[in-house]
Amino acid sequence: MIDKTFESIERAVADIHDGATVMIGGFGNAGMPAALIDALIEQGARELTIVNNNAGNGDTGLAALLAAGRVRKIICSFPRQADSQHFDALYRAGKIELELTPQGNLAERIRAAGAGIGGFFTPTGYGTLLAAGKETREINGRMYVLESPIHADFALIKALHGDRWGNLVYRKTARNFGPIMAMAAKVTVAQVQKVVALGELDPEAIITPGIFVQRVVQEAV
Amino acid sequence: MTNPNPSRYTREQIAARVAQDIPEGAYVNLGIGLPTKVANYLPAEREVFLHSENGLLGMGPAPAPGEEDDDLINAGKQPVTLLVGGAYFHHGDSFAMMRGGHLDICVLGAFQVAANGDLANWHTGAPDAIPAVGGAMDLAIGAKQVFVMMDHQTKTGESKIVEQCSYPLTGVACVNRIYTDLAVLDVTPAGLAVREMAPGLTFEELQAATAATLLPPVK
Repeated sequence: MIDKTFESIERAVADIHDGATVMIGGFGNAGMPAALIDALIEQGARELTIVNNNAGNGDTGLAALLAAGRVRKIICSFPRQADSQHFDALYRAGKIELELTPQGNLAERIRAAGAGIGGFFTPTGYGTLLAAGKETREINGRMYVLESPIHADFALIKALHGDRWGNLVYRKTARNFGPIMAMAAKVTVAQVQKVVALGELDPEAIITPGIFVQRVVQEAV
Repeated sequence: MTNPNPSRYTREQIAARVAQDIPEGAYVNLGIGLPTKVANYLPAEREVFLHSENGLLGMGPAPAPGEEDDDLINAGKQPVTLLVGGAYFHHGDSFAMMRGGHLDICVLGAFQVAANGDLANWHTGAPDAIPAVGGAMDLAIGAKQVFVMMDHQTKTGESKIVEQCSYPLTGVACVNRIYTDLAVLDVTPAGLAVREMAPGLTFEELQAATAATLLPPVK
């Protein structure tokens, strides 16, 4: 019997190694897998490369991981916010590397990794600082920039419900990066509000099929 | 450069003016900041689909106090609501809507717009500034029409409409129309065409406040 559920959040993140590339779902705090991030902080892996839309908000979740000094590099689209003080301090002190990428390129680079695409041409960013040094090509009279996929060792995402095969449904705009990050990582760990029995999720409504998910762990209630 | 007797649209009036140009049935993204005001001036009987890049179409107004839902936010991370008929989707689909040319209109703020439609709105280029781009570059190249709404001049009186942007670009030749406190301008192959001016403002005064050559309004 296939059972991807984990009883323990700690065990679900135990093998994240130093230097791993870890995608973390969420747009701001919506969809951020706070329990998995707390377990990762506790677990102690260092020199991580983190992929997220932002660079932490407030003092919890991703911001706490940054504050704990575990992140060597972050790939994101929008680090600077009113409450991104932990990232700001690390960045100004030269203690974190930033790869800034337009949000649509971030999403498509993640999706491309999950879909086996080796690179893609997009008009986004053409003629801007964020395309400096990148290959460009004119296609049907328009200029495009070559972008590369982003693969990850792990993806930590948050969903509403999951079953033992790893099928997931999400809640409202907390879905955001979850489905594409699940595709792009070798190991996807989904934190869910509730593990449900196989068959409880409507097959017509499943957003992430279980093939993209290796571990499902229920949040503490 | 300064108008001694300025006649300017207020920000609310600019928002209302932009709203006039958004037809029923349009799929529209309103950028963070000033452009979000446009939603307040879309008449209730006009069905317009508001898109938010974090994954919703059919975005409604802010919820009543106490009814906020942390899982239902807009691109500015403010709590919002979903209209009946609205939909949620993931970031891959959301940015395909933007980058694939499916949005009819996006409305963005700007630091500068150049006469050829170049847009600068993401980075001042200051060495100590932490850069952040979000979805601005995707909207700039992806929407069928890109509207900019902004003050015509900076607080120190410099024109934000220029021959060439001095700030780092968001997109090349991507802006179609500019709404400011002084005028409504179209970016055309012939140059910046004045469509409307604030009441009482002369073309000469508008030109004096603008660091790019303007084509006079067609009477």
